[in-house]
Amino acid sequence: MEVSSDKEYIYTSTELDRYEGRIIEELKTNSQESIPDPAAWLDEELKRNILLTSVDAVINWARRSSLWTAICFPACCAFEFIAAMGPRFDLSRFGMDIMRASPRQADLMITAGTLTWKMAPNVLRIYNQMPEPKWVIAMGACAISGGIFRSSYSVVPGYNRIIPVDVYVPGCPPRPEALIYAIQMLHKKINNTPVLPDLPQLMQKGK
Amino acid sequence: MTTTGEITFKTEPFVLNFGPVHPSTHGVYRMRATLDGEVVLDIEPVFGYLHRGIEKLAEERTYTGFIPLTDRLDYISPMSNNLGYCLAVEKLAGIKVPERAEYIRVIIAELQRLANHCIAVGSFLSDCGAMFTPFMYMFREREKILDLFDMVCGQRLTYNYMRIGGVSQDIPDEFLPALHKFMGTMPGMIEEWENLLKQNEILLARTKGVGILPREMAINCGISGPVARGSGVKWDLRKADPYSIYDRFEFDIPTGEVGDCYDRYRVRVEEMKQSLRIIKQAMEKIPSGPIRAEVPHLIRPPAGEAYAHIEAPKGELGFYIVSDNSIAPYRCHVRPTSLINLTALREMVKGWKVADLIAIFGSIDITMGEVDR
Amino acid sequence: MTVPLAIKEIASQIEKKYPGSIEEAAQNSLVVKSDSLLAIAGYLKDTEGLKFDYFNYVTAVDYYTYFEVVYQLTSLEFNHTVILKTRCYNRENPAVPSVTGLWQGADFQEREIFDLMGIRFEGHPNLKRIFLWEGFQGHPLRKDYLQ
Repeated sequence: MEVSSDKEYIYTSTELDRYEGRIIEELKTNSQESIPDPAAWLDEELKRNILLTSVDAVINWARRSSLWTAICFPACCAFEFIAAMGPRFDLSRFGMDIMRASPRQADLMITAGTLTWKMAPNVLRIYNQMPEPKWVIAMGACAISGGIFRSSYSVVPGYNRIIPVDVYVPGCPPRPEALIYAIQMLHKKINNTPVLPDLPQLMQKGK
Repeated sequence: MTTTGEITFKTEPFVLNFGPVHPSTHGVYRMRATLDGEVVLDIEPVFGYLHRGIEKLAEERTYTGFIPLTDRLDYISPMSNNLGYCLAVEKLAGIKVPERAEYIRVIIAELQRLANHCIAVGSFLSDCGAMFTPFMYMFREREKILDLFDMVCGQRLTYNYMRIGGVSQDIPDEFLPALHKFMGTMPGMIEEWENLLKQNEILLARTKGVGILPREMAINCGISGPVARGSGVKWDLRKADPYSIYDRFEFDIPTGEVGDCYDRYRVRVEEMKQSLRIIKQAMEKIPSGPIRAEVPHLIRPPAGEAYAHIEAPKGELGFYIVSDNSIAPYRCHVRPTSLINLTALREMVKGWKVADLIAIFGSIDITMGEVDR
Repeated sequence: MTVPLAIKEIASQIEKKYPGSIEEAAQNSLVVKSDSLLAIAGYLKDTEGLKFDYFNYVTAVDYYTYFEVVYQLTSLEFNHTVILKTRCYNRENPAVPSVTGLWQGADFQEREIFDLMGIRFEGHPNLKRIFLWEGFQGHPLRKDYLQ
């Protein structure tokens, strides 16, 4: 195998640590403002009078009835999510019993736990690997705004600095019933999403 | 170089990253494993993905205001963390806890031990490949315990129940009958799934003889809890250095002999039975009285330092507090049970295969909230 | 019941063996000079009658003029415990010998103290940041850390 001179090869773990440290610092300087919610974008489209057809209704029904979650469980809220998947608050009656390890097969990311700057590039990578359409539920106070740890030196104040969030669930941790209510709210949002592409807007983006 | 028959081909070890987002690691834990084929040569653990700076946040909160932060350390057994911290501040300030509060604390701590071992055993069995069936069985029991906690303090996961000098609210009238009902069904449940698993060939093949931790290494690394007791170290803080009123109860300390994954699993199951014994004894003798000592609203302990440790479900959890007579701690250090228990992982894993690596890691039972703080 | 050992007796024993190494024998803890820390720790671990084989924890506290590194050791056989401390007066480059050769459990904890307080441990096999990322400026747990 030849070693080409333009690529950077990393051999020791210290070099790997420094490389990852540079990525984290770069992400930190680029994420000083929060990303606006996708619902704001939806309102602009509805203003342009797009009607939802029956094709939309069928496709949206299929999408909301089988949301598969990508794994992103840093901290304590993870255990309320796991309890929601447990035998008492059964999430598989909503079609969500699959918790696949691969983000390529997922369309919902429930972020359950505090996000730190060290973990942020990994969460962004998982989010980018999910195919469209995808939704994010921010679960818990730490995911909404940093929660009880907001004044700490290594905590990101909310997931919406890194990825766009659709539904916010308050609580510390939110009860499984609250999480199920949030998932139903997301179902309502999915019902209102137009599926067929808006040709004028696509032409604009192409330019 | 590897030889198969007459063909020799060149192999070399490679580094595989078990990333922070992984279905079998308990939380955001990352390992860089050097593998030669399937055999593990070396691992390098990488932490810090959940480092929230709790020790620094302690310096800007009052003594009572730090109790919710201790909940988030080991978030599977938060009552034990609360208890450890309150014991440390009471030792520093010289506060005596009333009798009723002591009995309530013991009942709650042992219930928490049961709940924690439910998850520990359930996820260990899931890691060994039992899909989710034992996990669902354990969760059914844990939901009953969480209902009892909900009755006491209104919360399911992060309780914030213990206070410096006692507990925050008295147990309601329906708690003791509900606990009595729970105690009637729990031993039968433990026996039910134990009978299903005791002679299971797959469990025995995957855990017997796997990941042996020698006794000398366990003591040298400072390992405590069921991991150390599985290796034959008969050291339990409830007997060796009794805190609260544990010296009034009779219970045994289960220990293993070999120190493999199966021994650690058996120690946890036996500990659950001993916890039920302690709760039964405490329920009979609980007196009436005040539930909290008379302490000022903003506690100012005298200047000095104190260290108090408890036998948390995962091991020895300790709090080292330095105070300078102001309303916030000067320095609060948490002795992280899970971080210290992970010190021996590297030695335990060398020479085993990747699947055994996951089983060994699951049998140590860590929580990343405690490792990273 | 784990008994904290009487500090005066241990202090006199150590003073005979390693003269001039004890800085202060307080009521609960023994403060030693940092260059004789390894020798005293080895003595505490191996001597008959003391046998401190179990390492509870190591932590560091920032008093504004000096750093204090605190160790607690327990003996499982005799069920007694002792607290050992050492001080570094150098604020720019504090350094203390590492005890990972004697007790392997000090490994991750010393890396944590290096990461959050900035105290170097000489002789540590792998001293690098553990909780924060490489490239993080400063040591957060110090009292003069500005966010």
